[in-house]
Amino acid sequence: MELALSIAIGLLIAAGTWLALRARTFDLVLGLTLLSYAVNLAIFAMGRLAPGKPPLVREGTAGALATHADPLPQALVLTAIVISFAMTALLLAIAVRSRAANRSDHVDGGGGDGA
Amino acid sequence: MTALPLLLALPFVAALALAALPRLSRTAAALVAGAATLGGLALLGGMAGAVADGEVLRFKLDWLPSLGLAFSLRVDGLAWMFAAIVLGIGALVVLYARWYLADEDPPARFFAMLSLFMGAMLGVTLAGNLLLLVVFWELTSISSFLLIGFWHRRADARAGARMALTITGMGGLCLLAGVLLIGRIAGSFELDVVLAAGEAIRAHALYEPALALVLLGAFTKSAQFPFHSWLPHAMAAPTPVSAYLHSATMVKAGVFLIARLHPALAGSEAWFWMVVPVGLATLVVGAALALVQQDLKGLLAYSTISHLGLITLLFGLDTELAVVAGVFHILNHATFKASLFMAAGIIDHETGSRDFRRLNGLWKHMPVTGALAIVASLAMAGVPLLNGFLSKEMFLAETLATESHALMEFLVPAGALVAGIFAVAYSLRFVHDVFFNGEPVGLDRVPHEPPRFMRVPVEVLVVLCLVVGMFPQHTIGPLLALGVQGVLQGPAPEYKLAIWHGFNLPLALSAIGLVGGVALYFGLQRGINLHRIERASTGKRVFDALVRRLVDLARRVTRALENGSLQRYLLLLVLAAVVLGGAPLLEAGPGFGDPPGTPAGIAGWLALALLVAGVLAVLRWYRERLLAVIAVGVVGLAVSLLFVLLSAPDLALTQLLVEVASVLLILLALRFLPQQSPPERRRGRAWLHGVVAGAFGAGVATAVYAVLTRPTRSISDYFLRTTVPEGGGANAVNVIIVDYRGFDTLGEIAVFGIAGLLLHALLRGRAGVPGTLVPPQPARPAFLLQVSAQVLLPLAIAVSLYLFLRGHNAPGGGFIAGLVLALGVALQALAAGREALGAPDGRTWQAWIAWGLVVATLGGIGSFLFGHPFLTSSTPYVDLPLVGAVPFASATVFDTGVYLVVAGATLLMLAMLARVHAQAGDR
Repeated sequence: MELALSIAIGLLIAAGTWLALRARTFDLVLGLTLLSYAVNLAIFAMGRLAPGKPPLVREGTAGALATHADPLPQALVLTAIVISFAMTALLLAIAVRSRAANRSDHVDGGGGDGA
Repeated sequence: MTALPLLLALPFVAALALAALPRLSRTAAALVAGAATLGGLALLGGMAGAVADGEVLRFKLDWLPSLGLAFSLRVDGLAWMFAAIVLGIGALVVLYARWYLADEDPPARFFAMLSLFMGAMLGVTLAGNLLLLVVFWELTSISSFLLIGFWHRRADARAGARMALTITGMGGLCLLAGVLLIGRIAGSFELDVVLAAGEAIRAHALYEPALALVLLGAFTKSAQFPFHSWLPHAMAAPTPVSAYLHSATMVKAGVFLIARLHPALAGSEAWFWMVVPVGLATLVVGAALALVQQDLKGLLAYSTISHLGLITLLFGLDTELAVVAGVFHILNHATFKASLFMAAGIIDHETGSRDFRRLNGLWKHMPVTGALAIVASLAMAGVPLLNGFLSKEMFLAETLATESHALMEFLVPAGALVAGIFAVAYSLRFVHDVFFNGEPVGLDRVPHEPPRFMRVPVEVLVVLCLVVGMFPQHTIGPLLALGVQGVLQGPAPEYKLAIWHGFNLPLALSAIGLVGGVALYFGLQRGINLHRIERASTGKRVFDALVRRLVDLARRVTRALENGSLQRYLLLLVLAAVVLGGAPLLEAGPGFGDPPGTPAGIAGWLALALLVAGVLAVLRWYRERLLAVIAVGVVGLAVSLLFVLLSAPDLALTQLLVEVASVLLILLALRFLPQQSPPERRRGRAWLHGVVAGAFGAGVATAVYAVLTRPTRSISDYFLRTTVPEGGGANAVNVIIVDYRGFDTLGEIAVFGIAGLLLHALLRGRAGVPGTLVPPQPARPAFLLQVSAQVLLPLAIAVSLYLFLRGHNAPGGGFIAGLVLALGVALQALAAGREALGAPDGRTWQAWIAWGLVVATLGGIGSFLFGHPFLTSSTPYVDLPLVGAVPFASATVFDTGVYLVVAGATLLMLAMLARVHAQAGDR
């Protein structure tokens, strides 16, 4: 599964980057959303893949990496997911304001509306 | 040896004191600077005996030993002689400046800068470490810049200061590079080591580049052709500065350096060919240009350039006797040129002009100054019985003895003769044009003699010129011997300081020079009238053109890179990341390890397939924005499925909830954006972006796979082992968030809250949304939605609380519960209208964010009560019906804060985007 997941992350990065390089604000938002999926998955994967071993330690047993997935990247990614949500929201607000101010949704503020 | 550092410190102390007391009167400020100078002279005098006995005085403090940079001072004959010039002329200049400065000139500032320069220059002469020398060298450039620009309201002063700093500063950089090379070759930057390593340095492959770099530093500083043009423009400085920095001391730093490093660098073909032609060209060009100046100080400046060329040439000839002549001329030039500058300053001071065309016949008005200036001019011309004659005779003898290529054997003495003729001519012009040759033209006052004490320094220097010129052996002899021994780092050669050496070729050349010079001057004055020559400075023009070119180039590069397109910047950024990240990857290979081969299972393959299909769908339909949002939602769903399968239930829940909230936000925003993206206008660019993005993705995939196939060493065993006994929770992820890394989380929720507030700020008020963007009134929500929403809200609240309370032990916690609550409220708003989203100005949710942060911080502080550090959890459990054991810990208080911030900020974002709609619709 490692190879497949790596390729999936690469695909997300490539697609996200390509979309982020488009000229319209909305495409940029889509691209950054894909990029955050990719980055979150990549950071999460740094703790290695461990199916069926959630980091919930049963009372009275000692937890260990052999029997549980690495909780640290998970904790990092959890907050990262929420932060990337905030970023998406902020970008959307900027996109709305920028369109209203420039009469265009071009990232460089010119060239007229796409639609 | 404490006198040595004290000697160096004195001028700096004076500079600081003067800077701290800006209101000092002219006399008081001059006294402070003068006291430092005289104190320094006394200390230097105390060292005279030891230095005369051939001793080398040293002082050393390690500064950055790892870089070979030591604060080490070293006084031998050469350093002593130069320090004596710096302090001796310095004392006279201070006295002179006391009378020269006008009432409106701030005296404390002037003397502070002058003292700063004096300290820097002393540092150059006393430094025992090449790096330290470079530091002081740059300091002289900077203080020279400040002093040239002293009258900073004058444009020519500013331009001259800039030009001087640019040229000498670039030379300083070259010098630093050269010094680094020398240090590398010699194995140390200590002067003692470097001076003893001459053989090794000259034999090294890097000798020529090192020599060239050091010489560039010296040539720019000593205004050698073709870097000479900054010096005439530095004449915008007050005249004491010109006399001190730009004739007697700072411009001599270059030739000092050549002399200082003579044992280490000289004695090679390269030395001769790099130094002699430059010195010769400077000697001739400077002398010729001096004759055609219309500015008193301009003439002196070009004459200084010429004399510096003479000294450089002598050191380049590289015989022991040439070194004697060079050192001798350094001393002589310092005396007569400083006195001439001071005389020029007096004339300027008393007449208000420095223009040859207006200054005539001053002899009647200021005979004493005139007599002094005439004697000094004769010394400059090299007339017998004056000091300039002696060193000039030695110089001529040395040029005649040149042993090299036949061309140089002719050119060097020929150039010396030509320069000698011009020197006599311009000296004559200085005397004749100013003091005789008719009457003053258009002066606004009647010239008269200066104040008594303003003339004293000139008198002292002129007496020196005379005494040395007549009794050289008994006056200058010992000092000269000291200097020569310092340059050669050994005994001085046999030489005779005498006025009369018999009838010989040098004397004949001198005679030709005198006669030729007189003839040249009067011939030119009759023939073409020197007053009519209008000459713009070529050097300045070239310099300005070069600077303009450089600025243009910089502007073009900037414009090419920064064309204002964010799209382009992003492309460059990604390209840079690809190149910088890809290069080592291609060079060293990815270094894959053994794949662990974790089975994906059917569910895993399905999730991955869903993800790939979703991404492809986004790419296929990104221009149809509604479709694209749905496809992105599919990708998010696939990601949360992957989290489920890979043992991250908390992540899966969070991702799912964020997905819903994101889609809601995007849909809200999409109402104000075009529903479609336009087709790609430039297909080539889209393909280029595709290649770059593809390379980026491939690189990241390779890196991730490389990591996944290598062994891991995680610190997480500790978290898993201690999460129950110490963290008091079975859910290690939640415990890490609220306990182990609680401080981090506090920062993160603050960021989240700030993002909410930012969004509020962006969209509040009119939100800048013009009428054209008003979306249609929403249709009435479906009945079923209304009903179900009313049921769902209480349910959502209940689930949210449940998830929150159990979060410490099972998937859940503040983040997840907050999102659930926010989504429940949002659904209610969809059904029942925007009233469900709280106060119209978002005040409700701002309060949630604020309280959340307060509670979280208090929760962290709460652990102080239990005697633990900030954010340490303590865990008494409380049994609640239906939920089970709930940790009533400070961590729970903290998590409550998280819950409030997450719910509040999410709702604030949703409310603001929804409100734009409502407000626009209301209009």
